[in-house]
Order: sequence, then structure tokens, then C-alpha cells
Amino acid sequence: MTAILEQAFREHWGRVLAALVGLFGDVGLAEEATQEAFAIAAERWPRDGVPDSPRAWLVTVARNGAINRIRRDRTLAAKTRLLEVPEAVEDVIDDAAFADERLELIFTCCHPALAIEAQVALTLRTLGGLQTGEIARAFLVSEPTMAQRLVRAKRKIKAAGIPFRVPADHLLPDRLAAVLAVVYLIFNEGYSGRGDLAEEASRLGRALAELMPDEPEVHGLLALMLLHQSRSRARLREGEIVLLADQDRTLWDGEQIAAGRASLERALALHGRGPYVLQAAIASLHAEEPRDWGQIAALYGELARLTGSPVVELNRAIAVAEQDGPEAALEILDGLPLEEFRYLHSARAEMLRRLERSGEAAAAYRRALELVHDGPERRLLERRLVELGSGSGPAGPRP
Amino acid sequence: MKFMLLIHQGDTPTPDDPEAWAAVPQDEQRAVYADYMAINDTEGVTPGVRMQPPETATTVRVQNGSTLTTDGPFVEMKEALGGYLFFEAGDLDAAIELAARIPAARMGGAVEVRPLV
Repeated sequence: MTAILEQAFREHWGRVLAALVGLFGDVGLAEEATQEAFAIAAERWPRDGVPDSPRAWLVTVARNGAINRIRRDRTLAAKTRLLEVPEAVEDVIDDAAFADERLELIFTCCHPALAIEAQVALTLRTLGGLQTGEIARAFLVSEPTMAQRLVRAKRKIKAAGIPFRVPADHLLPDRLAAVLAVVYLIFNEGYSGRGDLAEEASRLGRALAELMPDEPEVHGLLALMLLHQSRSRARLREGEIVLLADQDRTLWDGEQIAAGRASLERALALHGRGPYVLQAAIASLHAEEPRDWGQIAALYGELARLTGSPVVELNRAIAVAEQDGPEAALEILDGLPLEEFRYLHSARAEMLRRLERSGEAAAAYRRALELVHDGPERRLLERRLVELGSGSGPAGPRP
Repeated sequence: MKFMLLIHQGDTPTPDDPEAWAAVPQDEQRAVYADYMAINDTEGVTPGVRMQPPETATTVRVQNGSTLTTDGPFVEMKEALGGYLFFEAGDLDAAIELAARIPAARMGGAVEVRPLV
């Protein structure tokens, strides 16, 4: 039964909560009522059996709970929406009677009038069903701080009139970009250590692809996440970073690669050529052997033109190094305004090492080390520096 | 819902500073006037009363029962309020769209959107 309840929570939390926000226009109230409905389910389902339509049951119970809550708080209700409060019903609402409003909810949560930290936290709480404590731990803040962040955001949605709807066409590109940025940020938090967040981001990505099947960037982002995730087991060996070229390919998840490529195909079929589609295409090329460095460099070039990002140029330089040699790459790198970015210095160091300009390479590794904090990455650079010092050994793995 | 839009001129050239205003091309000046007029004519908008520039502001405090006045606005001159209007709209998105049409928002200033109770 615990497994059934957990499964129901995973499957239905977001949709039930979204339906409640749609009914009452209040994220805080919807959240409390949804939580209560799941608590009641935990009590009743083991005794009475799982209802035929669990989701409709949950929405009905949550809805009635919310109405009771409003009634209990009559002084507040008198001032707000008493007249609009629907009647509590005994019968379970038909599953078909309420639409899937998760899309409306995610656009509310990722509204640009909210701070990005709040957008991320709200999305994880409302659509992902994560507890405040879990979100707090994932973002390394205290639980009271995260609770306050969530309360403030929910209050602002209500007080400032942040809408609960899919934005009009002329706003959609910007707003969708904001939603995708939040999902990708969650994914990256997960990728850099907290695996469950990466899983959560993929779940959100799949839900978005299902809800917006005609948006190429949505499929592009899902493809990108799946392709990255397919390599996650090969990325670290005994806590040390393993570079792509040295990864044990048998650890790659073939099923995820195939799913990622299928999403990429879908995005390309929709004529997608946006930043996520391009990144997914690059990630897909990286999963091939031998790698087509010319095409990878060309795609990075296209991405750089689109985003104007010097970090993308840095990646292009690394692909160019494989295609045209370290000298050509160095020329690109030396023109980039990324003095404070450690990867610029580690990439420069690598090119200088290949050109056997050891003194300059060592200086660049040292500069990169000054800028790096965390363990595995730091140790990789230190290993390189030691190898340079010994002046021996074959050209090792490349960044 | 009702919103108040607070217009902060920032570096925006305005007719209050004739020298800076003269540097604005004629067609841009005309566009600024036309935009403000169009905004005031927008359904749901209650235009604010025009304010004298922040240089004319006096800030008042009461400390231990006595009234203290200082010359100038409460915030920095550049951050001072330059104008305002009210807007009755369905939601924040509509208010944001109106705010984006206010010339100060594109000319070096900014517009703060505040929901009213």
C-alpha cells in the first residue's frame, strides 16, 4: 500500500494541485488542501481500497477540504471570494470533468515577476511535490529560509495578480524560455551532485513535452537532459571526474540515449533550431564514435551566434582543436572575455600543453586552480599540473 | 485588479531639463508625447497628475516631536518618483505590458508596478 500511495503521489500531486489552483486561484490554499487530501488517502485507501479514479477522488476531497477551510475562516472569506465558493459535493467529480492545468501552473510558478530562486523552489514544490525540507537541502539553505521563500512567492502570486494561464502567443516565446530555464537549472543542480533533482527535471521535461507537443525547444530540452543523463554513471569514477573521451561506454544508458535521440528527432521535425535543440544535437554527436568534430564545431558556432555567449565559443574552440589543431583553438580562446572563468584557463592550459609550451601551460593550470573550489575538478587540474612538472608521460585525456 | 504604476525617470531626458531634452531628436520627442497620450487614453488607465521635477522636492521627518525638512527627494535624485498612473486590469501581465509602453522604461528609467489593495 505504501508503494501504491507513493506512486499515486508521484503521478497525481501536480495535476491535483493544479486543478485546485484553477478552482480557487490561490496556490497556498491549493497546496494545503492537496496535502490534506493525500493524508486522507493514506488513511482511507488501505481500509476501503483504492478508488476507481484516484485522481478524481483526490481532487474531490481536496476541493471539499478547501471549501471547508474557506468556510472556517469566514472573516477572511467575507472579504475575499465567499460568493464564488463552490458548493462541496458528495459525489466524486468525473476524471474528465477537470482539465490538466499543470501547464498553467508551471507558467505561474516561472513568471518573471518572481525571483529565479523562488521560481525554482515553487516549481519543485507545486509540480514536483518535493517537501520544503528537501528543496532547502538541495539548494543548501536552511529550511526556515526556504519556507519563507515559498510563502513570499505564493503571497506575491496572489497579491500582485500573477496570472494562472498559458501566456498569449506574443508573450509565449519569452515565457516558455523562462520555464525551460528553470527546468534546466533544476537539472544542472541535479547533474552536479544531487541525482534526484536531475530525475525530477527529466520528469518535468517529459510532462512539458506531453503538454506542449508542438514546441521544438521543449523536445530539445528533454533530449538534452536525457542525453546528458545517459552518461551520468560514467562521469565519476571513485569520486574523480572522468572526461568524455575516457568514459567507459558500457556504463552509458543506451535506452536513455535512444529516448534522447527520439526527442531530438521530434524537435528537428518541428524545424527546431533554438538553443536547446542545438545543444541536444551536440550532445547526440558526442555520443558517437568517432566524433564528428567538424559538425560539432559548426553547431557550437550556430549556438554562439544565437546566444552571443563566450562560454559557447570556448566549447567551439575545444571542438576546433580536435578538427584543426590546438593553435586554431588557442586563437579563439585568447579573444574571449572570460578572465574569471576557470574553464577558459584549463582549456588554454590544455592547448598550450599540446603545443608543448609547458611554462605557459603550467601558469594557465595554476590560474584555473585559483578559480576552482570543489574537490574532483580541483584534483583533475592538480593531476595535470603534476604531469606537466614531470615532463613525461603520453598526452593524457583531454578536457 | 487595480495597479499603480510608478514612473522613475532615471537618466531619461525630460522637458524639465531643456538642455537634455533638446538633445533628443525631434521625431523621438514627438513619439514620447504620442506614447504618453496613447497610454492615458488606454482603457482602464487613470492618468496621474503631472509632478514638478524631483529637484523641487522637500523631505519631511519628525524626530522627538520636531519637524525636520531637507532639500530634495527621500531617495537619490535619480531614483526619485517622476510620475504615476493607475491601471485597472485583469492581471499582472496586462500591467507589465502597459508599463513597457511607458517611454521612461526604454529611455533610461524604469516603471514599478504595484498592486493596490
